[in-house]
Amino acid sequence: FRKRRLDEEALEELEETLIAADLGVAAARRIVEGFRKTRFGKEVTDEEVKAALAEEIAAILAPVAAPMPLEPARAPHVVLVVGVNGTGKTTTIAKLGQQYREGGLRCAFVAGDTFRAAAVEQLQIWGDRTGARVHAPAKEGADAAGLAFDALTAARADGTQVLLVDTAGRLHNKSALMEELRKVIRVIKRVEPEAPHSVLLVLDATTGQNALQQVKVFKEMVDVTGLAVTKLDGSAKGGVVVALAQEFGLPVHFVGVGEKAGDLRPFEARDYARGLVGLA
Amino acid sequence: MFEALSSKLNGVFDRLRRRGALSEADVNEALREVRVALLEADVALPVVKDLTTKVRERAVGVEVLKSVSPAQQVIKIVNDALVEALGGGEGDSGARGLDLNAPSPVPILMVGLQGSGKTTTSGKIALRLKNREKKKVLLASLDVHRPAAQLQLETLAKQVGVASLPIVAGETPLQIAARAMDLGRRELFDVVVLDTAGRLAIDEALMDEVAQVKAATRPHETLLVVDAMTGQDAVNTARAFQDKVGVSGIVMTRIDGDARGGAALSMRAVTGAPIKLLGAGEKLDALEDFHPDRIAGRILGM
Ligand SMILES: Nc1nc2c(ncn2[C@@H]2O[C@H](COP(=O)(O)OP(=O)(O)OP(=O)(O)O)[C@@H](O)[C@H]2O)c(=O)[nH]1
Ligand SMILES: Nc1nc2c(ncn2[C@@H]2O[C@H](COP(=O)(O)OP(=O)(O)OP(=O)(O)O)[C@@H](O)[C@H]2O)c(=O)[nH]1
Ligand SMILES: [K+]
Ligand SMILES: [Mg+2]
Ligand SMILES: [Mg+2]
Repeated sequence: FRKRRLDEEALEELEETLIAADLGVAAARRIVEGFRKTRFGKEVTDEEVKAALAEEIAAILAPVAAPMPLEPARAPHVVLVVGVNGTGKTTTIAKLGQQYREGGLRCAFVAGDTFRAAAVEQLQIWGDRTGARVHAPAKEGADAAGLAFDALTAARADGTQVLLVDTAGRLHNKSALMEELRKVIRVIKRVEPEAPHSVLLVLDATTGQNALQQVKVFKEMVDVTGLAVTKLDGSAKGGVVVALAQEFGLPVHFVGVGEKAGDLRPFEARDYARGLVGLA
Repeated sequence: MFEALSSKLNGVFDRLRRRGALSEADVNEALREVRVALLEADVALPVVKDLTTKVRERAVGVEVLKSVSPAQQVIKIVNDALVEALGGGEGDSGARGLDLNAPSPVPILMVGLQGSGKTTTSGKIALRLKNREKKKVLLASLDVHRPAAQLQLETLAKQVGVASLPIVAGETPLQIAARAMDLGRRELFDVVVLDTAGRLAIDEALMDEVAQVKAATRPHETLLVVDAMTGQDAVNTARAFQDKVGVSGIVMTRIDGDARGGAALSMRAVTGAPIKLLGAGEKLDALEDFHPDRIAGRILGM
């Protein structure tokens, strides 16, 4: 590899690499500034620069890389899955169901998206494939909160260990829809005051800077406990997660890397950081 | 946000306290702020560079007016460049919406990444064509990947009150497309909307598959459906779909959110294809016409 001096031009290129990976201008600048202080003027290869940059980013991500705490003894541990439209909530529930079942746990799904066409049937198919019981509404357009109440009551009776509650996609700036989500939580708490034990916000890696707004509002409105980032098998890098880590410090539990039930991985700071700067 | 850019540019020009014409140094200083504003709105980096180059050419040497602040003058130049890049302004033909000027049944192919809003938009287009243009529309789902995708489109067809292609298990997307066009011809449909599975731009097999569907059905419109929240990857997606499939128009969904929608600019710049429609909600009537000036204002935060 050819060595080159880490000069202003090289630093600018680095900043652009980070911006192109969706870190946003502010986070990209902060990282490059740190880099300037320690390494400016040194002779380095491209690979060395990238590796060092990845390390810097991994250090930012490491504190938020954490598995989702799970207490099956709660029978059930309730996970409420939320997010804007089309990010991958329903598919992520299927993936979690698969993973927990492989770990020997008894899972059930709640088809809480009573709004979108065939959302219930979508989850039902995933339930069949992953061996999870699916609590579905009795009729179309039923109340999601009522369904969650019934499902949790049934889950307590039948020994379900993990109850994964799907919700309809909703944009964070729609207050009526966000209020509806709060109602689901209130009703769940009537059955079990400690529930939901996890509120998982699902983000799409293709999303740019708007993810900051999504996390801010969902966190305020429904006490998000952690994040999952989907669609990382694509060309999008998901760099906004770095800005999210710096701004909110919410744990990132999972990454989605495909459309199949097996395509869920733990979030690993180092791997993620290397992906961002274009190192395999 | 627009306020933010205005006040930043005001700050820049206060600092410079220039009179006479805008120098290259003045403009460069201002463009640094413009660059940040565009990047924060998710306009892709290469597109930002082209745009700022254009603005630099136009702004340097411009006489500072008494009646307007230099910041406002620069913003106007940026805004005009944005509107043009989005297909508005001088070269604007004024043509909007879908082009159905072809022998019936006119095929419309819907393509895009997973979850971008293709199926919902298919339903919305059917509703619009049925009500506004009294067209007889057939909806057909070629999505054999996502669980219940075909049922989703069939449900939407019922809500809209148009026909959907009967679901036959085990067919390939190519077979479904052929059956849809055949039914379209036999039963004298005006338009056949072919909804496809979401696919990643880097998924060679699936990109080939949709290219084959396109070759077999020769759609009059191939609509790339993109989410307004899309970030920098918009350029990669747009380039891949344009190269491998060919795109005649762009539909941007979820403009009912608060994303600034810079992806519209990136996609338009890369494909050269016009933005034809906007998705503004989950309901079937939430489909809007595209106005370059409104999206330009949104990107700048107006
Ligand atoms: N490539 C890829 N596709 C994914 C991933 N996760 C989900 N998808 C796809 O994204 C699309 C949307 O996924 P869903 O699970 O239906 O998303 P959702 O958030 O439940 O959507 P709504 O309920 O409509 O808001 C589907 O086509 C999924 O197959 C992933 O990690 N990688
Ligand atoms: N708020 C809002 N939601 C939308 C809009 N268009 C689509 N959606 C929602 O986005 C989600 C995904 O829409 P789909 O139509 O299933 O997306 P798709 O591209 O067909 O998804 P795949 O087939 O899985 O690739 C659903 O929850 C829709 O209701 C829009 O303009 N605004
Ligand atoms: K990736
Ligand atoms: Mg869903
Ligand atoms: Mg679809």
